[in-house]
Amino acid sequence: MPSFVNPEKCDGCKGGEKTACMYICPNDLMVLNPDEMKAYNQEADQCWECYSCVKICPQGAIEVRHYADIAPMGGYVQPMRGTDSIMWTVKFRNGNIKRFKFPIRTTPEGSIKPYDGKPSPGADQLDNELLFTSETYKDRATCTPADFS
Amino acid sequence: MALRNKPTWELLAEPDLSKVPVEEYTYDALIVGGGMAACGTAYEIGKWLQDGQTCCLVDKAALERSGAVAQGLSAINTYIGENTPADYVRMVRNDLMGVVREDLIFDLGRHVDDSVHHFEEWGLPIWKKEGSKGKKLTEGGEPVRTGKWQIMIHGESYKCIVAEAAKAALEEKGYDLHERIFIVKLLLDANKENTIAGAVGFSLRENKVAIYKAKAIMVACGGAVNIFRPRSTDEGKGRAWYPIWNAGSTYTMCMQVGAEMTMMENRFTPSRFKDGYGPVGAWFLLFKATVTNGYGEHYVKSDACKEELAKYKPYSDAAVTPTCLRNHLMLFEMKEGRGPIYMDTAAALNAFLEEKKASGMDEKALKKYWKELESEAWEDFLDMSVGQAGLWAAMNVEPEKVGSEIMPTEPYMLGSHSGCCGIWVSGPNEDWVPDDYKWGYNRMTTVNGLFTAGDGVGASGHKFSSGAHAEGRIAAKAMARYIRDNADFTPTIAESADDLKAEIYKPVTVYYEHYQKTTDEMVNPNYIKPRHMMERLMKYTDEYGGGWSPYYMTNGKLLDIAMKQLQWLREDSEKMAAGGLHELLRAWENLHRIWTVEDHLRHIQFREESRYPGFYYRGDFMQVDDKDFDEGGWKCFVNSKYDPKSGEWTCMKKKCHKIIAD
Repeated sequence: MPSFVNPEKCDGCKGGEKTACMYICPNDLMVLNPDEMKAYNQEADQCWECYSCVKICPQGAIEVRHYADIAPMGGYVQPMRGTDSIMWTVKFRNGNIKRFKFPIRTTPEGSIKPYDGKPSPGADQLDNELLFTSETYKDRATCTPADFS
Repeated sequence: MALRNKPTWELLAEPDLSKVPVEEYTYDALIVGGGMAACGTAYEIGKWLQDGQTCCLVDKAALERSGAVAQGLSAINTYIGENTPADYVRMVRNDLMGVVREDLIFDLGRHVDDSVHHFEEWGLPIWKKEGSKGKKLTEGGEPVRTGKWQIMIHGESYKCIVAEAAKAALEEKGYDLHERIFIVKLLLDANKENTIAGAVGFSLRENKVAIYKAKAIMVACGGAVNIFRPRSTDEGKGRAWYPIWNAGSTYTMCMQVGAEMTMMENRFTPSRFKDGYGPVGAWFLLFKATVTNGYGEHYVKSDACKEELAKYKPYSDAAVTPTCLRNHLMLFEMKEGRGPIYMDTAAALNAFLEEKKASGMDEKALKKYWKELESEAWEDFLDMSVGQAGLWAAMNVEPEKVGSEIMPTEPYMLGSHSGCCGIWVSGPNEDWVPDDYKWGYNRMTTVNGLFTAGDGVGASGHKFSSGAHAEGRIAAKAMARYIRDNADFTPTIAESADDLKAEIYKPVTVYYEHYQKTTDEMVNPNYIKPRHMMERLMKYTDEYGGGWSPYYMTNGKLLDIAMKQLQWLREDSEKMAAGGLHELLRAWENLHRIWTVEDHLRHIQFREESRYPGFYYRGDFMQVDDKDFDEGGWKCFVNSKYDPKSGEWTCMKKKCHKIIAD
């Protein structure tokens, strides 16, 4: 089910700093044709259908067509990803449609302060096998097999 | 129309190497990879490196969606919670047929929950039981457990969240993040024996080579996919069960500098929903679905199956049958002509409805309950395997009405899921760890300064996403210790920057030397395209190395042929040709695949038994030989080592210690 780009919707992210799909594809598949200012999937048979490009496209220009060697035609799965939830539309070959909505995160995007309020053990702690947060779960962190024999 | 003897890639590779700059960087710590393990390392290391020490994470993709969790996940499969690390060791040991590193597994069990607690703090929604909704795990919130170790999550953005934390940590510490640089080779120190000094790679966005010098390097680039013939016949091969971009880079890069490997004979051949490879865990555990043969009989409950399973005591006696043996029974049914194997989704979902009806639930409430149940069933796919949802839609599958086929996939190599191939690493530097399991720095390979985690660490499977993150953290601290202990060491690279550039760009040089010697760039006797390299590899591993087409069966004779084919592939890899940067990526990935597979098959050749029935079989040694190492049996590790000086490979047995009593 490789991703494909609708040329009527894709604007090559001309207003953005980068081409979103090209930036995000984990397999280096999405690429911008700068002459046409349209993106495309340059190696469709290596597409994992992870939908990273579909989800990130600001124009909603990317969809997925089922793997031709596996799937009968006509099925369709399309997300709309917001900041805290994702909506999915699933259209069946027979025309039936189902919609689902799931939460995706409980904090605002970009809000993570990873070290705020966390311990900072001194350099004298570097020789043990405890992680820097270990004092918050000390019993578990320091247990050994002998504790369970 | 123009002749087809020109490169068609959008980003062309530059054949004039004088126009390809080389950038050189020096750091104390280098993290290669961007998945869960690498993000764990990025998070932990900032708290242990001293002020002024430096670090960089290099990822061939974008951190936000790289690694095995890029698409999302519907469950976290390792959360110890109310269980103990000792029980965790017992579970992993049995599932992997007895031969595991119990020190590494126990160590992971101590720390994994802390990573999960971090994920929740950062914003990952974790399902909670009625009565504790809104409460965090650390506040006593009770997770919805599907099995003893698994918890359900709304995990579409799992990786985005973990990556955001890693990025923020790197940024806060002033460390660097280099995305879209593909590291292809590690570099040993010019002066100090068996010591890592750096790594080299290239940019996927511009013609540029990057050389990194570092005292300590974490290599965590996942397992290996696209190494055996896929079941699909064309573009469906993209729907690999494991992430298709995992090219064995972790294993190959580490083995090429002499790191000792372990259990590389192990592979994972998961039984998944046929063709879409959607997850089965929730169906088994959450929805309590049964698996039947084509005639509606439970696949393990017939007398014939019970008899078959009993051949594999004591492993088959455990409460949970090992994953490989469950595969074995499915294959047994299929070979006996009783296929296909079905997940009976309809009976499972209807049983829930019947139960509610029997308890007196009214129509309206029942309808609402069904909506929730249906939503849970679809979320399982939509969170982590959208393609499976698409396949159900294409085939008009409504799981409450009809079951779906289950099929063992093509084999994959990995060390973090229900597989355990990987690199031989030091365990924790603690008294209870056997001496032959530790050499000072937790998760350091046998090469000084070279660390790994996640899929990279061998003989300790069942880490999954959370465990990979925790293991990355464990290694990070040891890296900081190594850097402190080697303050006076200055990494020195023997090779010149120009030589490295020429080596990395060799497929480009080969391509542009020959591409116009025919009228079609894909058919040219002077070179081989990376695509064709991979296809040849997958054909021969399948036929001779025990892929799906011979029902995972191989033997010594077949392996001899496989090794010959691999030798030719290695020779031909010198003639790989790449006209674009994307194709250069594929060229190096496929070189990594070839080496990884060679080690895999060498291990299978060396181990004269069939330790993992259902994953692969040695037809000439069909039994599990459970005699201990000391008695000459095979209940031991098989390790291998490639000598970078002589180019020779050796395989050896290593003793397996039982640390946790039954």
